[in-house]
Amino acid sequence: MKKYWVWLSSLDMVSPSSRLKLLDYFKEPANIWDAPGKELGELRFLPGAAIKQITSREYRDEVSRHMENISRMGIEIITIRDDNYPLFLGRIYDPPVALYAKGILMREEKSIAIVGSRKATSYGSEIAEELAYKLASYGLTVVSGMARGIDSCAHKGALAAKGRTIAVLGCGHDIVYPSENKSLMEDIIKSGAVISEYLPEAVPLPRNFPARNRIISGLSLGVVVVEAAKNSGSLITANFALEQGREVFALPGDINRVNSQGTNKLIQDGAKLVTCVEDILEELRIYNIIDEAKLNGLKSKYQYHGFDKREIYGNLSDDEWCIVENLMHEPMHVDVLVKMTGYDVKEVNYILTMLELKGVVEQVQGRVYKLRRQKA
Amino acid sequence: MLSKVKSCGLLGIDGYMVNVETDINNGLPSFEIVGLGDTAVKEAKERVRAAIKNSGFEFPMKRITVNLAPADLRKEGSALDLPIAIGILTATGSVSPLSVGNYIITGELSLDGGIKPIKGALSMALCAVHEGIKNFILPVENADEAAVVKGLNVLPANNIRDVADHLNGVKGINSHCIEIEEIYKNCEDYEHDFCDVKGQENVKRALEIVAAGSHSCLMVGPPGSGKTMLARRLPTILPPLTFEEALEVTRIYSIAGYLPAKTPLITKRPFRSPHHTISAVALTGGGKYPKPGEISLAHNGVLFLDEIPEFDKKTLEAMRQPLEDGHVTISRLNASIVYPSKTTLILAANPCPCGNASDPSKACTCTPWQVRNYLGKLSGPLLDRVDLYMEIFPVKYKELDYEGEGEKSGVIRERVVSARKMQIERYKGLNIYSNSQLQPNLINKFCKLDNECKALIKNAYEKLGLSARAYGRILKVSRTIADLDGKENIELKHLAEAIQYRVKHG
Repeated sequence: MKKYWVWLSSLDMVSPSSRLKLLDYFKEPANIWDAPGKELGELRFLPGAAIKQITSREYRDEVSRHMENISRMGIEIITIRDDNYPLFLGRIYDPPVALYAKGILMREEKSIAIVGSRKATSYGSEIAEELAYKLASYGLTVVSGMARGIDSCAHKGALAAKGRTIAVLGCGHDIVYPSENKSLMEDIIKSGAVISEYLPEAVPLPRNFPARNRIISGLSLGVVVVEAAKNSGSLITANFALEQGREVFALPGDINRVNSQGTNKLIQDGAKLVTCVEDILEELRIYNIIDEAKLNGLKSKYQYHGFDKREIYGNLSDDEWCIVENLMHEPMHVDVLVKMTGYDVKEVNYILTMLELKGVVEQVQGRVYKLRRQKA
Repeated sequence: MLSKVKSCGLLGIDGYMVNVETDINNGLPSFEIVGLGDTAVKEAKERVRAAIKNSGFEFPMKRITVNLAPADLRKEGSALDLPIAIGILTATGSVSPLSVGNYIITGELSLDGGIKPIKGALSMALCAVHEGIKNFILPVENADEAAVVKGLNVLPANNIRDVADHLNGVKGINSHCIEIEEIYKNCEDYEHDFCDVKGQENVKRALEIVAAGSHSCLMVGPPGSGKTMLARRLPTILPPLTFEEALEVTRIYSIAGYLPAKTPLITKRPFRSPHHTISAVALTGGGKYPKPGEISLAHNGVLFLDEIPEFDKKTLEAMRQPLEDGHVTISRLNASIVYPSKTTLILAANPCPCGNASDPSKACTCTPWQVRNYLGKLSGPLLDRVDLYMEIFPVKYKELDYEGEGEKSGVIRERVVSARKMQIERYKGLNIYSNSQLQPNLINKFCKLDNECKALIKNAYEKLGLSARAYGRILKVSRTIADLDGKENIELKHLAEAIQYRVKHG
């Protein structure tokens, strides 16, 4: 009877590890339900508030409503004893006793988590999407948290490659948070799974997110932190990964940029520096499992041709090439370009429009321009 | 005895003649003023009575009736004190009635008989000339501004005694003259100059385009990036005020009471930057006793609205019509008042509530929701009027270290003036003066594109996601860029440059 599992996971005063210990002791959730308060009191690991909740009438009465919600919303309950409970997640210190899933969850799959700042820069968003695209093309599952910024980009990248992707929520399935990701959530359900350890109607409380992060890293072989500020939640995910014995990867960035301070620190502390998806595969020693043929096919999309050859940009005039050469070093503000090239500002404006229309450069923000990565 | 003295009232920025008729009859002593005067006019009684006595004249202990004709227009303020006093003195015979009809008299009285300054002296002087009256007696402090008007004998008076002596031919007041060339000599000396701005080449260029086509623009950038500094310098590159424009501006300031002392004529383009807590009435003009608002005070100059998302939505809405029409109409029961409001509008905003969203070296403390909504507020009717959009990036210290100086405002102004000349020539007879005023049908007529340009804009449409609204603005701006270049046809480079200043919100 799954009803007892649902009841057990609805007790928010009982920590995930205590739930596991209870299961160990009583074998079945139904036995916990029937356990007398006195016996629970003799267990050293349970605080008084937890015992009060286990024995309370209120939580037991709620269960039937939870069951109704779950079946109405088409959510699957996957308990830690089920065959399709993810193997890697089961191995961590405090796995959830039950997962609520929409979509398909598999026992064994090779997953990589991509996480990062909610306030992503264009650099981070672009790389997150590209890494996810390639990982998914290699047949790996991309795990993330469906938050704004890097998380959403990671899911989108995997979906663009028609690959599998899993989103782990910090709230119930009936709440789409952030709300603009409604259609993204539907797409993820179709091509993977949206999972949560919280029952429907659970609101996204701040404390849910660190707990959610342990599931993200727990599901994965490794965690790639794309962008993170000093105190970013993504660093919590990286810490969990280390505790759980998973690899941590980080994308290097400009040391002056707020969003790169966290990732650069991770690299300093020993996380593997990532410049391309192959760096990840190599570290995890899963390079050989990748189908060679598939790898070759991939090369055509998102292939990075090198950026210092004039031919790859197509037909450029000398003035245009001069601007492109300057932008190779770093993205530049239009005023800096004026200073570097010695052209008049009106000429630079004109050339930049032409380059924008040719798809060679793009505006980042505040009239800073950068070269677009050339796709064949 | 009956006397008639001429004076002036104000309606909007125009003066109109007021006949002060005074009748003194035998009867119980009383003093009545009729003719729709406001409280200040009613109180004139006491000032007049004391001033006449204290100047050594006798105040008649009779029945005095003063009528202010035309009797159906509301009269405000204290400028009628002096004409009422002179009217009484004429009626009692203390002042000769022979010549008084040749003068327009205005001024506020002090209890000791002294004459204090008034508002709107310039408009009254223009009214006097218009009515064909050559002599204008007024407070000394207002003499300079009235002397600007040609063909008027300006007679500044210190007290009632001076006026009486002059009218009686005892001791004449010397006519006040002023050299207009002298005033105009320093009309180009602004305290700011574009060469003070280091870097920001692209924004300077954009402001040159703004000045040349009288376009409205929006600047977005973090605090300290120089938005205000740049906006302040826009008036310095606008074409110098013509005499007619200067008169209009001075009249508005004179009526509002904002004309600085010792300034006969405002010869520099005004720059107004009201705070974002301003009310709709303060911005557009109005109130119980109508006064011109900020938008009229910026007439022929620049209206700079910083922190535009913080303004009250209703306040901004109220500004739409005046910007469209070039004048504000304030309708009242017994009159409607028109203040001109042709101004170059500059809007400025931070990219998010904390201001740091577009600054990569600082952390933005706003939620993503706040960032999205902050500039989202802007979209709508006001943004429709914005032709150029500039994102301003803070200049790093290293880049401040430019060798040499930037271009002087005077040099930029010369280019702007010649571009404006081309526009005035082109739009002769259409009642428009700059590219910003082009309506859609005229855009098609005057902003013709060749095939190469058409291909470019089509490409931009698809690749850069331009909106239909942006299309017309880009054409107007490229028209101005071509004018700055001295070209009659819009070329590829003009259009391509205009695309860089496209509006990105809304």
